[in-house]
Amino acid sequence: MAQPPISRGFRGRKAPVQSDRIPLGQHLVPDFPVLSAGPTPHVSLSEWSFSLERGGKVLKEWSWEEFNALPQTELKTDIHCVTTWSKLDTHWRGVTIDDLLQAAGLAEAPGDFTMAHCDGDYTTNVPVDDLVGGKGMVATHYEGEPLAPEHGGPARLLVPHLYFWKSAKWIRTLDFLDSDEPGFWEQLGYHIYGDPWQEQRYAGD
Amino acid sequence: MPRRLQWQVAEVSDLIEETPRVRSLALTLPDWPGHKPGQHVDVRLTGEDGYRAQRSYSIASAPEANKVMLTVERIEDGEVSPYLSIEVRKGDQFELRGPIGGHFVWTAAQGGPLFLVAGGSGIAPLMAMLRHRAAVRSKVPATLIYSSRSFEDIIYRAELDRLAAADDGLKIVHTLTRRQPAGWQGGTRRIDRAMLEKEDFSPAAKPRVFICGPTQLVETAAQILLDLGHDRTLIKTERFGPTGG
Repeated sequence: MAQPPISRGFRGRKAPVQSDRIPLGQHLVPDFPVLSAGPTPHVSLSEWSFSLERGGKVLKEWSWEEFNALPQTELKTDIHCVTTWSKLDTHWRGVTIDDLLQAAGLAEAPGDFTMAHCDGDYTTNVPVDDLVGGKGMVATHYEGEPLAPEHGGPARLLVPHLYFWKSAKWIRTLDFLDSDEPGFWEQLGYHIYGDPWQEQRYAGD
Repeated sequence: MPRRLQWQVAEVSDLIEETPRVRSLALTLPDWPGHKPGQHVDVRLTGEDGYRAQRSYSIASAPEANKVMLTVERIEDGEVSPYLSIEVRKGDQFELRGPIGGHFVWTAAQGGPLFLVAGGSGIAPLMAMLRHRAAVRSKVPATLIYSSRSFEDIIYRAELDRLAAADDGLKIVHTLTRRQPAGWQGGTRRIDRAMLEKEDFSPAAKPRVFICGPTQLVETAAQILLDLGHDRTLIKTERFGPTGG
């Protein structure tokens, strides 16, 4: 469109802090808002498992105990939710996708795309290139504490360079695929890729 | 490539003071494709110095209404909500795009029963559902349990009273968590198991459940309904954190 209308008397309340780290249309929040499409699942750790799959066939599965024995990586990162909040310098701990592939005895990812499957039937799609090379992990700790259920505990995918709906809460399976299929929100009008720096919020952005 | 949702200029055509902290804005839009009850829009403000801020707001009006209505609660240290709930005047313009979201949505064609649980300004998308239900003269059995801080904080109070009085299968139960007026007949505590069990459709009735409000209310109500045996796939939630502003 042409010039946007100016809102008389509207000005930012907060000083623009580190604006080069905040994508267009985002704003900083002090707390950690919770957004989920349904009830928070509560799964007992003795029944929890995480698996890597290829087209729905299990390649490797870990119990909670086994998963926590895998190499742990700490990550300090900024996160950006499509509902416009951002949070800087969040601290996470978990197992990188690189380490998961290695622990499964896979020299490389068995497909170019993935679908994350979660408790509560949530799914989201992420290309492999956005997960390997240290870019993605399955996180079990936030700010030094076990990840709370409402924030995705016991384990969530963490792909911080994409909008946060891609960092699927309550992840149980990462399924490798040859083609990019839309997940839950992606089928409901949200962007197939979701790069906050391109403001890819909705389909067609 | 799907068609991109375009920004368009919304003009404020009417303002309704709902409560001391909540205001509704009726908007006219040049190109509104229509919406489903429960969907939201993104609003973008541009300040005189070029500063921009963007937020999401639920649509409170029915698709059948000729205007798009947003309901905004003022958040004290917020940036956008004080502007929309205090400063903005009739005739003012800002950018908007939508509608967005296809999950937290109900239309009469989907049937019922409809079980709505709201806290504070979380009533907004549920009001779109109730207004739609009334507009299409649906007789789908519906219950709303609505938690507010005080009587004065009940958003859409008069309209909710009118809707409930229509005797078309809608029941509305209020609970006031902080202060109750003398002679108050409704609930007096936060939404809890006893309240949901008493007012609820039984799980056997397979109600479609929509819960919207602050995170704690949503977490609590959703967990209780699961414990009572409701089908997880029929429970849809939307959380309004204190950062909505």
